[in-house]
Amino acid sequence: MSAAVELVDRPVRVALVGSPNAGKTTLFNALTGSSARVGNYPGVTVERREGSLRNAERAVRVLDLPGTYSVVGETADEQIVEKVLAGRLAGEPELDGIVAVVDATTLRRGLGLVRELLKRGRPTALVLTMIDEVRARGGKIEPARLSQLLGIPVLGVVGHRGVGMDPLFRILQEPWRWSKPVALPPADDAAARFAWVDEVCRKVGAEDLEPDTRSDRIDRVLLHPIAGIAVFGLVMLLLFQSIFTWAVPAMNAIDASFGELARVSRAVLPAGWLTDLWTDGVLAGVGSVLVFLPQIAILFAFIHLLQDVGYMARAAFVVDRVMGWVGLQGRSFVPLLSCYACAVPGIMAARTIQSPRERLATILVSPFMTCSARLPVYTLLIAAFVPHTTLFGVVGLQGLVLFGLYALGAATALASAALLGSTLLRGTPSTFYMELPPYRWPTARLLGRQIWHSARAFLKRAGTMILATSIVLFGLLSFPRAPADPARSPADSARANLEASAAAQLGHAIEPAIAPLGFDWKIGVGLIASLAAREVIVATLAQTYAVESKDDFNGLRDALRADVDPRTGRAVFNLPVALALCVFFVFALQCTSTVVVMARETGSWRWPALAFSYMLALAWLGSFVTYRVASAVLGT
Amino acid sequence: MQGEATSGPASASGAIPLLALAVGLTARIAEPAPGTEIPRRLADLGFVPGTELFIVRRAPFGDPIELEIRGYRLCLRAEQIESLRVLPAAREK
Repeated sequence: MSAAVELVDRPVRVALVGSPNAGKTTLFNALTGSSARVGNYPGVTVERREGSLRNAERAVRVLDLPGTYSVVGETADEQIVEKVLAGRLAGEPELDGIVAVVDATTLRRGLGLVRELLKRGRPTALVLTMIDEVRARGGKIEPARLSQLLGIPVLGVVGHRGVGMDPLFRILQEPWRWSKPVALPPADDAAARFAWVDEVCRKVGAEDLEPDTRSDRIDRVLLHPIAGIAVFGLVMLLLFQSIFTWAVPAMNAIDASFGELARVSRAVLPAGWLTDLWTDGVLAGVGSVLVFLPQIAILFAFIHLLQDVGYMARAAFVVDRVMGWVGLQGRSFVPLLSCYACAVPGIMAARTIQSPRERLATILVSPFMTCSARLPVYTLLIAAFVPHTTLFGVVGLQGLVLFGLYALGAATALASAALLGSTLLRGTPSTFYMELPPYRWPTARLLGRQIWHSARAFLKRAGTMILATSIVLFGLLSFPRAPADPARSPADSARANLEASAAAQLGHAIEPAIAPLGFDWKIGVGLIASLAAREVIVATLAQTYAVESKDDFNGLRDALRADVDPRTGRAVFNLPVALALCVFFVFALQCTSTVVVMARETGSWRWPALAFSYMLALAWLGSFVTYRVASAVLGT
Repeated sequence: MQGEATSGPASASGAIPLLALAVGLTARIAEPAPGTEIPRRLADLGFVPGTELFIVRRAPFGDPIELEIRGYRLCLRAEQIESLRVLPAAREK
């Protein structure tokens, strides 16, 4: 290539192209180590991964293109691949070399894509992955023979074990030296292309492999019409339990350490707003970021483990039909289930959904799933206002209301997915492809690295924003301050400070908007404060009612029951108000962490803005209807 | 080697919908009905007339369907392959 001289000054650029499950990502990780930068292509939910080649004498940028079966673009993924290969995507410099990545066990399909790539006339090399699996299944592929037939460099590797990688590192540094493809017979349609593929396969002696009998035997149980569904249910129950219960000790420990740190700080530092900023703003903010980590770590440990052993694809295979009814895919199930713990890891887990459209739909409906932060709110309001009675002698009314709130959230999520699919995200549904990979033993090192990547991605992408918004909310809730009055008790001065704050003024300002729902300004302040995290409303109400400690659950419950509107002389809180507030929490996206993660994962603020608005509208409407209907029925 | 992409026999004779094929029974993809063609995405995956395939299994709820074609397996939804027609071979796989 005559451009060789110009290449000296700038990094060499190569891209990995291949179908999903071709082992492209494993190869990419082996090539770039931890230097990978993950982002989004502008305006689309397609992940862009780039890294620099490890141990290279020359700077080589390796781009990991989205997995694709075709280089003609219909889905967002394929369009990106097509444009990058053609050098037509803004901001993406032209490529010096294309590396086709093909799973050696599926050579008779993969070569179809290679044929398309060769047509483009760019320097192209072929990497055959999982070459060990071919031998294990009684086949043989000689890369050298294939290289002779195609004319281009062909290398066989086992990416996750580093086998055969040295020659690859070498050739990636000088794509202009790659041998040119032989003259290929014209193949305008798929039939001609695959006839050529079969010809090539016959010449290199690539026979069809023995079926993977071990995986087959396992699948006979795990995908059995009855046993398969039972196993699926058990695995999901275990996953649900793990994020719900196993993470709790670690989360409590993080919570307690930051509480202790705040207490010690207060004891050591002089009283004043700077100390408050440190304890209630910075420490509370950092704590509110770190508290997500145990759930994210456990969830991703689970997801990566299931993915590494090969069950994740099976789970999606089992549940796909059910999710298909609302326009989602089997792969949406685990992210949505995770949202019962917290929408933040759930939305991150949506990365396992390969098609951008279904991934976006899953992300957008995630916040409707009842996350654990809503539970303290529901518990307080139900304990305070729902009668502790039993229906038909067996069903507790309080438990029934709680179940109803959970069911309402899930039903709304599924209905919204169906609605999105037929409105905003209408169009050709992404073609559904799935492969059931062979069952494999997981490796601890790979698993550890994947968990670390997920945790780091969360801290880097979302942590800083969550911290910043916590501090802003602290400011709103703390300033301006009431004049100091030594005669007041600490609880009373906390209330006075809150009443003088910008948040209280906002609470008053929004009162006309929330009055139809039966909410007064104090609930308004709670709603504003709950933007930091939903459960914060409990602490804010405790502060508003000057309850000594936010942990004094019974004290707060009694204060809520006793509160009387000074103008009307009627109780502020009653059952309809409590129910309306619960329904508000079912629908509203009052969680800046979720909003931030949604923005990071979709690559745009447009989607979280949309989700926030429609969920707020739904919350208002739902609360209004609940309040009116409950008031009419109960005659209050 | 099995399943070369040679042209299959005339489509009219004995072709049945792929979805009607029994699990485990080998068949060859038939020429599409006159006036229709095999969707491009399926063609890109190697679904071309004359190619051998069989249904490995259906998911526990009946859909998607796992197929073996060209020496590899993949799962597709019934709606994606409902237009495909095949010529069943006599022997069981």
